[in-house]
Amino acid sequence: MRHSHPTSDDLQALIDAQMSLEGPLLPILHAIQEAHGHVPEAALPLIAETLNLTPAEVHGVMSFYHDFRKAPAGRHVVKLCRAEACQSMGANALSEAVLDKLGIGWGGTTPDGRVTVEAVYCLGLCACAPAAMIGDRLIGRADAARIDAELEGAA
Amino acid sequence: MKDFIIPWDDRDMGTPAKAGKPVHLTIDGIDVTVPAGTSVMRAAMEAGITVPKLCATDSVEAFGSCRLCVVEIEGRRGTPASCTTPVHAGMKVHTQSSKVKKIRKGVMELYVSDHPLDCLTCAANGDCELQDMAGMVGLRDVRYTPGENHYDPSGTGARSQAEARLRMPVGEANPRYLPKDESNPYFTYDPSKCIVCSRCVRACEEVQGTFALTIEGRGFESRVSAGAAGDDFLSSDCVSCGACVQACPTATLQEKSVAELGTPDREVVTTCAYCGVGCSFKAELNGDQLVRMTPWKHGKANRGHSCVKGRFAYGYAEHPDRILNPMIRDSIDEPWREVSWSEALAFASERMTGIREKYGRRSLGVITSSRCTNEETYLVQKLTRAVFLNNNTDTCARVCHSPTGYGLGQTFGTSAGTQDFDSVEKVDVALVIGANPTDGHPVFASRLKKRLREGAKLIVIDPRRIDMVKSAHIEAAHHLPLTPGTNVAVVTALGHVIVTEGLYDEAFIRERCDWDEFQAYAEFVSDKRHAPESTALLTGVNAQELRAAARLFAKGGNGAIYYGLGVTEHSQGSTTVMALANLAMMTGNIGREGVGVNPLRGQNNVQGSCDMGSFPHELPGYRHVKLPEVRKVFEDAWGVEIDPEPGLRIPNMLDAAVEGTFKGLYCQGEDILQSDPDTRHVAAGLAAMECVIVHDLFLNETANYAHVFLPGSSFLEKNGTFTNAERRINRVRKVMAPKNGYEDWEVTQMLANAMGAGWAYTHPEQIMAEIAATTPSFANVTYDLLEQKGSVQWPCNEEHPEGTPLMHVDGFMRGKGRFIVTEYVATAERSGPRFPLLLTTGRILSQYNVGAQTRRTSNSVWHEQDLLEIHPHDAENRGLKDGDWIKLASRSGETTLKASVTDRMSPGVVYTTFHHPDTQANVVTTDYSDWATNCPEYKVTAVQVSPSNGPTDWQEDYAAQAERSRRILPAAE
Repeated sequence: MRHSHPTSDDLQALIDAQMSLEGPLLPILHAIQEAHGHVPEAALPLIAETLNLTPAEVHGVMSFYHDFRKAPAGRHVVKLCRAEACQSMGANALSEAVLDKLGIGWGGTTPDGRVTVEAVYCLGLCACAPAAMIGDRLIGRADAARIDAELEGAA
Repeated sequence: MKDFIIPWDDRDMGTPAKAGKPVHLTIDGIDVTVPAGTSVMRAAMEAGITVPKLCATDSVEAFGSCRLCVVEIEGRRGTPASCTTPVHAGMKVHTQSSKVKKIRKGVMELYVSDHPLDCLTCAANGDCELQDMAGMVGLRDVRYTPGENHYDPSGTGARSQAEARLRMPVGEANPRYLPKDESNPYFTYDPSKCIVCSRCVRACEEVQGTFALTIEGRGFESRVSAGAAGDDFLSSDCVSCGACVQACPTATLQEKSVAELGTPDREVVTTCAYCGVGCSFKAELNGDQLVRMTPWKHGKANRGHSCVKGRFAYGYAEHPDRILNPMIRDSIDEPWREVSWSEALAFASERMTGIREKYGRRSLGVITSSRCTNEETYLVQKLTRAVFLNNNTDTCARVCHSPTGYGLGQTFGTSAGTQDFDSVEKVDVALVIGANPTDGHPVFASRLKKRLREGAKLIVIDPRRIDMVKSAHIEAAHHLPLTPGTNVAVVTALGHVIVTEGLYDEAFIRERCDWDEFQAYAEFVSDKRHAPESTALLTGVNAQELRAAARLFAKGGNGAIYYGLGVTEHSQGSTTVMALANLAMMTGNIGREGVGVNPLRGQNNVQGSCDMGSFPHELPGYRHVKLPEVRKVFEDAWGVEIDPEPGLRIPNMLDAAVEGTFKGLYCQGEDILQSDPDTRHVAAGLAAMECVIVHDLFLNETANYAHVFLPGSSFLEKNGTFTNAERRINRVRKVMAPKNGYEDWEVTQMLANAMGAGWAYTHPEQIMAEIAATTPSFANVTYDLLEQKGSVQWPCNEEHPEGTPLMHVDGFMRGKGRFIVTEYVATAERSGPRFPLLLTTGRILSQYNVGAQTRRTSNSVWHEQDLLEIHPHDAENRGLKDGDWIKLASRSGETTLKASVTDRMSPGVVYTTFHHPDTQANVVTTDYSDWATNCPEYKVTAVQVSPSNGPTDWQEDYAAQAERSRRILPAAE
């Protein structure tokens, strides 16, 4: 992630780079999020204009996918699994503890911008439930202390 | 006479009609035959069986999301959705098996679990498909306890919003509950009642083609969203066409008028009185209270679609500005006096008779209205011909489509467009020139855009980058942004490319046109001076782009030309019409579906008013008044001798008035002061007359110079017919009694009778019978036929007993199609050092012409003043920013308005609308006009634009004069 306030030229360059693809809308959204950590609102009219869509259509697509962010996430993104297997292994208590400690709700970011916590429905790690993910790292048999330690370690 | 009946089947068939080979199947034991491609749902409807449904409606393609329409089909697994399952030969369908009934009940239960139980106080009560379906599937219980939902603002588990209100103070707010969006002046969006069937989103996309709506989020979070996050309906791309409201099965998208007045209980099918598309509407009423206007799906011009004007902007008929009592005054500096009808008519007839005696019969005249019915127009021209005994009749078509009548008459032999609107569904290449359909003819634009999304190509010739050039999902293949005033050069250059590159259709020309005339034309057009490279400097159009456009039009399949006032309102308007006719003939694009030359008529009945003999040289049916055999027909019918000399056109009437030879005018439903060019000259002409009778809904600008004001009736208050741009004669049906006491044709008849005419019509049907008896192209038209067929397109006579959708199918009306040489002659109006910019004028979606109607509705939310569009380069040179007050000056006059800086303009060209009398854009336009028809050159005026800080002297004087002349004395007791 370079910076989170791209200019419209930055955004347009990312859009144009995907235009050779068939159905470039999702690749464009990915490219912008990849580069800037989120898809700023200012990108929507540019995407719409370039693809000859309306801003509403781009909004409809973007809001369908939870992983496209409207605002930058915290420096660390914690995803806690809330699917059935993890729930049966104490995921609800785990998430309550993590959220309480950080003082935020689902999807929230700590005021210092350090941590964002998001719900996820299955990480494919049911055998090691409850499962979590911090950044790109998967954590099996997660507990509050472990997550705390991981976050401390990552600073 | 039955005035309100709906003999046609109005049911929602669920999915659109298809046109395939017949397929036989059995539904619930009933044999039914439908075209291949038809859905099982529609086939069931054809058989009289209704399958429950929520997300399907016949205005949009099936979507298959609600799962209520599931059926069982023998030999197939599962329970397919009947809306998305096409019929198959021999299929055996069961719509009411116990299995599907159980599924439907379960689905309904889920829907209702997230819907407030407020039916009795809901605006859609009695008009709600969710309610109907709950009844139809036999829902008797909802087993789900209150949980997460979108309808309960209190968050306490209330099952209705009424209950939630009681619990509000103690409960915690429900974050899923979104309040109503009331931003649109005509309808509300209530997310708490939404079942997310996507019908609105699909209607916005498929029917209207604006793509302003979407579903945001996913799963339980899904909600309809207008525009992007943070937008509401008003700030989004929504154009308020009403297609979403029409499609909504619940009260989620609901007309405010229904919320206020209750659901309507009777319907009258009638015709919209705005533009020349001529949409059919259902006026829905309670008693004589109009509740809403909804597009009628069997209307052949609009096919169930509408725009913001016809759908919503009808409130002007009840505006307090409307004048309901006749008024007179001795001179125009006096205030008006309200008088009885008999006193007003006596006053008018005395003055008119006095003028006739003093100055001769040719000192009187009439102006007919393209807003009034055929029958009314016919009577007004009859008034001048049979009572005033001259041919001084003209109409607002003079200032819009008179060159169409002349140009197409000369080349093809009839003064009308060649196609019906359905023809657009077969177009491969559309050439749009001098028209802005998304604003001027929105319902046609939607139909064209639909065809473009299916793959048809588009060529736009217009100085502005209009919305058709590029908007969501459509883009013109070629946009030729020409300098205003160079239409003939550009169209002739297209002809040059087609002829010199051998792209013309020789077989068609040899068979259908005069080959010798074509050769003479070919020789003319092949000259190098017509090559796009030679004219590029003059027209500003890139030669390569023009060549590519010509090749596309000639060889791209069915080529159709659609044009508007950007073609006609020029000093060479008639020449451009002929050049377009040449283009259609040389490419063989005449006489079948998907082709043709199609004028987009500005007003609801501009075609009809021309047909009805409104022009000073033509009796009804475009027959010259100098022909004794034509005069004889009318002399026999009317029992008078008809003046063989053509009468005066509007500009000639005004000139003659200034000279002192024209003294009395009866002007029905037209505001010549605001709409005709060179306002100051019009004012001088009117001021010089001794009796001006204005017959209108409002004290319009022209009425400032009138001595008699006769209150008019709105289109909702009269019977008659309008003829739209496709020559379609549509019935106008009386929805309520005239608030002013009389239908307009009755007023004209009373005026004629006050002058001794002795007319005795009791219903417009009798007037139509007289028209049919005297006018060959209307010979078979009767009100009975119109009731039967819904509408017919003229010619409707012995050869074409049911009308003529396509003209010139086997041969041109005049015999051989005629190629006419179209030499470009530059207008005398040129930009120069004093007036370096070219002004062109036009309309905007939400306002209509002089705005007399739309300004008196909430449409002004979208356009409360006229703006001058100017290119950023021209603005910067003059130190102008967006929103600045500017002065717009030409050699005729000057006015002030605000600037809108936009790159949709070309540098050197500025644009404005003429909807607002306080701007009076026509103070600036000049008195140049079309060489053949005197149609004013509104589209080219050399102007200068400079910063300003307020209204000009003219505007202030005018406003003061207007205010003075609108004073009305309190009625004498």
